Amino acid sequence: MDSDDDFMSPVSSEDDILPDDSDNDDMSGAEDFDFDDEPDPDLGMSKDFERKKKVAYDISFKVFQPTDIQRQQDELVNEVNMILDISKEEAAILLRHFRWNKERLIEDYMDRPHQVLEAAGLAQTAARLPRLETIPGFVCDICCEDEEGLQSFAIKCGHRYCVDCYRQYLFQKIREEGEAARIQCPSDGCNLIIDARSLDLLVTADLADRYHELLTRTYVEDKDCLKWCPAPDCQNAIECGVKKKDLDKVVPTVSCLCGHRFCFGCILNDHQPAPCELVKKWLKKCADDSETANWISANTKECPKCNSTIEKNGGCNHMTCRKCKHEFCWMCMGLWSEHGTSWYSCNRFEEKSGTDARDAQAKSRVSLERYLHYYNRYANHEQSARLDKNIYIKTEQKMVQLQKESGMSWIEVQYLNAASQALQTCRQTLMWTYAFAFYLARNNLTEIFEDNQKDLEMAVEALSGMFEKPVSELSNVKVEMLDKTSYCNKRRVILLEDTAQNLAEGLWTFNVELTGAAAPSGPSARR
Amino acid sequence: MPPTAQFAAKRLAKELQKITNDLPPGITLVQADNLDEWFLDIQVLDNNPLYQDQTYRLKFKFGSSYPIEPPEVTFVKLADRPIPIHPHIYSNGIICLDLLGQQGWSPVQNVESVCMSLQSMLTGNTKDERPPGDEEFVKANRLRPKDIDFYYHDNNV
Repeated sequence: MDSDDDFMSPVSSEDDILPDDSDNDDMSGAEDFDFDDEPDPDLGMSKDFERKKKVAYDISFKVFQPTDIQRQQDELVNEVNMILDISKEEAAILLRHFRWNKERLIEDYMDRPHQVLEAAGLAQTAARLPRLETIPGFVCDICCEDEEGLQSFAIKCGHRYCVDCYRQYLFQKIREEGEAARIQCPSDGCNLIIDARSLDLLVTADLADRYHELLTRTYVEDKDCLKWCPAPDCQNAIECGVKKKDLDKVVPTVSCLCGHRFCFGCILNDHQPAPCELVKKWLKKCADDSETANWISANTKECPKCNSTIEKNGGCNHMTCRKCKHEFCWMCMGLWSEHGTSWYSCNRFEEKSGTDARDAQAKSRVSLERYLHYYNRYANHEQSARLDKNIYIKTEQKMVQLQKESGMSWIEVQYLNAASQALQTCRQTLMWTYAFAFYLARNNLTEIFEDNQKDLEMAVEALSGMFEKPVSELSNVKVEMLDKTSYCNKRRVILLEDTAQNLAEGLWTFNVELTGAAAPSGPSARR
Repeated sequence: MPPTAQFAAKRLAKELQKITNDLPPGITLVQADNLDEWFLDIQVLDNNPLYQDQTYRLKFKFGSSYPIEPPEVTFVKLADRPIPIHPHIYSNGIICLDLLGQQGWSPVQNVESVCMSLQSMLTGNTKDERPPGDEEFVKANRLRPKDIDFYYHDNNV
């Protein structure tokens, strides 16, 4: 932990032996600041030491690069190749057939090799290397060609076709249909699988490349514990042990080497603390009715008698509900008949019938208002997070500017970078706390949650405000900003820790039914 | 080396040559003026009461990747050519048969073998009914048969 102390001590500030330590760990300074009495999650420590103390919202995962993925496959293939004494091509086909479950493959193969081979599309005949052949009197069943000297090919099943047709067939399968692991012999009803070596013999180099790429892909797709990083152009895969059935208990957030943070359960961007199912519901709800709801809220009222939604499209306050013919005043919502002669200018706000009607109106609006309350905050953070991306770009410029203007060193201006990153992650979290809160049924834990949310939100807005300051003032607020940055990060950790723990223990009650396993189902508040 | 129309043309020419001279009983070539669309008639030869004394018109549409890709095969309705009743044949002539889908198709299949398969599909049927949801499907469907994702759930018919 020397680096942390160094980083904070003024002596080392001009020291350039400290390479990336300042931004690899935005929490590193946390220990040196005095915060309120919240328990210290000790993130700085757990990052450097072996993760002894595992935080509840943190799940373990590994990032694999394309070469790792290839190597893993090769290792498995080699292993099976040695243990079962079959060729590598066959081992690969068998492994794919067993979805890379090596143990089950070996066990099954030992028990009943013939059935296993047949099921995987590897009928048993004498093994020999695939080659092209010219057979006198051969007629290709696909193109009906019978020329002399026609080159032909067959895999072990002996269904022989001319090289041209075979190539066309493979081209179609690989390029158009994106198939690789399960390309079968072209013959009708023959489920023998064309192995990699035969394929390499037949197709052009670039098609073979594509084929191997697809094969590698099936490895990741076949294994439940592996998923591709969804970031554009990222070729890494992530390994994580969280099972689908656990998704109501945990929000498995992982981050790729490319910097993209996403949920392993549903591949969407990091949506802690809301569990996947709520996220799905929320996104669907927002897609369905946010705009409509906004408009309804702004432009309509409900008929006090039958609750039909009414749009006022003319100037007169005398409303007659088209559905139930109820006559009321648009302004006070009271009975029109009570308006007497003061038509068209409603000044009787305090009358009883009007208050009652407005109460009823308010009640029916509550559900909509409630949704809009959460939606607007969610959307606000979503938008702010987008704006923060711009800030991040501007930060770079600001850092350069600051170095020039104040004579600060590169390392000394890194606090801006840390602050901008903290802003983004915290906003992302805040955004989802509102979706989470929308579905949360009140119990004694929700208050703690809301307090945490409020704390984080205030801290984030404060930090965001500091960021807006002109460059000339930025250097004056360095300590303050460092302070706020680590405070934000810390508040975020606390919030996530708390929600994750309660989620894991099933202590939250939601006002929607979660279908995933034994989700606690609270009193249904559905309308 | 993308599949070429030439490839399809060569194969179709060979097929045409063969079926002009020689087709199994119950199958007649009606029209094959070009290499895009052919029409054939089929009859069910045994005395299955559902199809007795009826002739059905089939339309084959070939893509440039034929025979690597399956042809599009549908029944066509004419005054004297009804759409056969069958739990896998919609009343607009669209046929739900795995053989005609990308997964079930094999380039070894040909026009003749498809006709024979359809013949036997009819022969073996005893149910006097359309597929479930026929009415809505026929009303709503604007897709070409090859773009429909059929779900082959029943291997008995």
